[in-house]
Amino acid sequence: MTDIKKAPEAPKKDENVEAVAPEKDIKKPIEDKPKPPVRKNPSADGDGGKPKPDPRRKLFKSERMTIVAPAPHNKGKGSVPKVMYAVIAALMPAVIVSLFLFGTKAMITILVAIFFAMLAEYVCNKVMKTGLTIDDGSAILTGLLLAMTLPPSFPIWGTALGAVVAIVFGKQVFGGLGANIFNPALLGRAFLQASFPVKITTWTLPAFAATDAVTGATPLGTFFSTDGATVASIKSLLFGNIGGCIGETSAIALLVGGLFLLVIKAADWRIPLSYIGTVVVFSGILWLADPVKYPDPLFMVFSGGLILGAFFMATDMVTSPVTPAGTWIYGIGMGIVLVIIRVWGGLPEGVMYSILFMNGLVPLLNRWTRPKYFGEMPAEPKK
Amino acid sequence: MKLSTFKKGLHPEDYKYFSQDKAIETLPLPDDVYIPLQQHIGAPCEALVQKGDKVKTGQVIANTGAYVSAPVHSSITGVVKDIQKYYHPLGMRATMIHIQREGEEEWELLEKIDDWKWAPKEKLIEVIRDAGIVGLGGATFPTHVKLNPPEDKAIDSFILNGVECEPYLTADDRLMIEEADKILLGMAIMMHILDVKKGYIGIENNKPKAISMMQKRVVELGYPFQVVPLKVKYPQGAEKMLIYSVLKKKVPYSKLPMDVGVVVNNVATAYAVAEAIVESKPLVQRVITVTGDGVTEPKNLMARLGTPFKNLFEACGNVKDDVHRIFMGGPMMGMTQYHLESPVVKGSSGIVAVTENLVEEVTTFPCIRCGACVRTCPMNLMPLRLSKFAQEKHMDNLNEFGVMNCIECGSCAYVCPANIPLVQWIKVGKLRLRESNAKKAKEKE
Repeated sequence: MTDIKKAPEAPKKDENVEAVAPEKDIKKPIEDKPKPPVRKNPSADGDGGKPKPDPRRKLFKSERMTIVAPAPHNKGKGSVPKVMYAVIAALMPAVIVSLFLFGTKAMITILVAIFFAMLAEYVCNKVMKTGLTIDDGSAILTGLLLAMTLPPSFPIWGTALGAVVAIVFGKQVFGGLGANIFNPALLGRAFLQASFPVKITTWTLPAFAATDAVTGATPLGTFFSTDGATVASIKSLLFGNIGGCIGETSAIALLVGGLFLLVIKAADWRIPLSYIGTVVVFSGILWLADPVKYPDPLFMVFSGGLILGAFFMATDMVTSPVTPAGTWIYGIGMGIVLVIIRVWGGLPEGVMYSILFMNGLVPLLNRWTRPKYFGEMPAEPKK
Repeated sequence: MKLSTFKKGLHPEDYKYFSQDKAIETLPLPDDVYIPLQQHIGAPCEALVQKGDKVKTGQVIANTGAYVSAPVHSSITGVVKDIQKYYHPLGMRATMIHIQREGEEEWELLEKIDDWKWAPKEKLIEVIRDAGIVGLGGATFPTHVKLNPPEDKAIDSFILNGVECEPYLTADDRLMIEEADKILLGMAIMMHILDVKKGYIGIENNKPKAISMMQKRVVELGYPFQVVPLKVKYPQGAEKMLIYSVLKKKVPYSKLPMDVGVVVNNVATAYAVAEAIVESKPLVQRVITVTGDGVTEPKNLMARLGTPFKNLFEACGNVKDDVHRIFMGGPMMGMTQYHLESPVVKGSSGIVAVTENLVEEVTTFPCIRCGACVRTCPMNLMPLRLSKFAQEKHMDNLNEFGVMNCIECGSCAYVCPANIPLVQWIKVGKLRLRESNAKKAKEKE
């Protein structure tokens, strides 16, 4: 990794320019007043091994060196931490709503997940000797996203375990930020789902939804376990007055943050559009075929973690395609997998698996969907 | 009104305000000039003078018989002091002729052409070659070659490139405002040589004065040209992008603009052509922008070729103490300078000194595959993959992903949030692919 930190063609800074300039009488430094010559025999002046001033400094009046580097010499304002913190900021409305709905339980889960994600990142940095990366915001984001996908009643030790798995096995074993194939937060959640299937599906209803009932089921779970007899109202889905994970209950708060991401271009608009669009179309066809057996498209969109997944998880830059065509395929694929899992699969919710499934195809999508370059001619027939 | 432009690209902060309203000043004749033997793309020239020879302004001091090349003229009157290697602004040491000024200025002019409208076209092309005119936008391709397309290429459009999409530079902008007539004349001459009827002048919309001036003079002088204001976007000045912006034609991969019937020339080139044909003056000077926040008083200067950069800076109140980078050309494609004795060459459109306030040192992050480079690349390439392939020496992949299409505009490196030197690696990749292809060809033999 270290070799790409420097521009490849940049001449080394310690290259002595005067050394290749024997014609010193012609080449005068540009300074106005003559200064004592800097070029002395290093062994003769006996300055006790002090580093010699670079002769190039004399090119300019200042004592500064100028930088010699390949173009471009200016830079856009974007940076990786800015992207990460923008996503974190976009999650804040949903976090605030969840704190309002679930109280301290949600707060503890979120803080524990973030703390252990950063701790795991720090330990990995130390073990793998890669230099500290906890300040780039990606570990915080992974922790926060993981917490958003957990039920508020999930035990603290489980949250911590999930965060550590997300960072270590979801990201660092691949080589850190940018090298992972699967979304780390979802990988952490998949691990928890496989290990603690009961605990992770024990939902707490929001404080004001039912005064005495402590646990309930998600609207999706209810729908499929009662064969479509119970459908939560769209209003309660929008405002979060339902059972579910910390971050997935209020669709409106998520949409506000998601739109913010699209506006600042921290997320590709094609992904949520194609993902949610496919879900609407696919489930709409099923619903039209049999409105009793299958849920209506609006219910499909606003229940469960689809909004959270489509705007915040699927748009994770590292694990989504870079080409426009690849992005469309990625979104449509996720939509199809999600509806299949929800309607015919054994689980009521499939956002996590649909995203992880398509994550795995991203490297191939990137290769298959190379954009036609400017002025590319149709391929010549092979001989 | 919706302005025409090309797809993708970006809009960097343009910093033109430093020198946009500074009229072109003529730099006093320098005492010493260093004239490189090669200032163009093509065959290098050989020196025709020797140490101690007296030369006049405009005298040919280096030439070659090769077709794709241009002669080099002395830019001052004086004595040849030396012929040896000096610092070249492109970051190497190249053979240059050092001339010291002596006595009054005497000109040696080109062959006089009485009326260009009736002169044979071969004659005009010959004079343009003898004047040493090359593409002054920076590519320095010999102009007479462009004006003499092969028989089988039918040219139907001529585009004058007044885009100047690089930040900081204002030389073309000022030239269009102050010398509109000569530029239009040069354009008319070139279109006459090519026998083209459709002429377009592409100017980016951030130069309203240049647009209105050109528009006004085109109408007043009765030229059939069309001034096309373009949306401000980098790299619109690149030939292929400009042709798309103006005519919506795509130049196919590995083909030249003349393959789609278009010839593009820079406004400074048109100005030089007019000077050569009408005033018989060879190319010995050019407008160069001296700018940036590291310069006390940014200016647009008409400077003789071969003038050391330090003379330019002295005329502009010298560089400030906290200067951080100095580069020739714009910030997107310019070359950093390590020595201010490097001379102005035909391709120098500007010299920019910036402090750390404008150009920051950045830290590199791993690629997060955000796709910003893919969304920006005007050639529709995938810079993130190309740079990876270049690092890992995957020659087949480099070829498949079209590395040779890269126009090295630097947009990808500009937008990269991880600050990865994408375009720099792609340049390495092009070099490596070229080397490996040459090796393969050798093995086949």
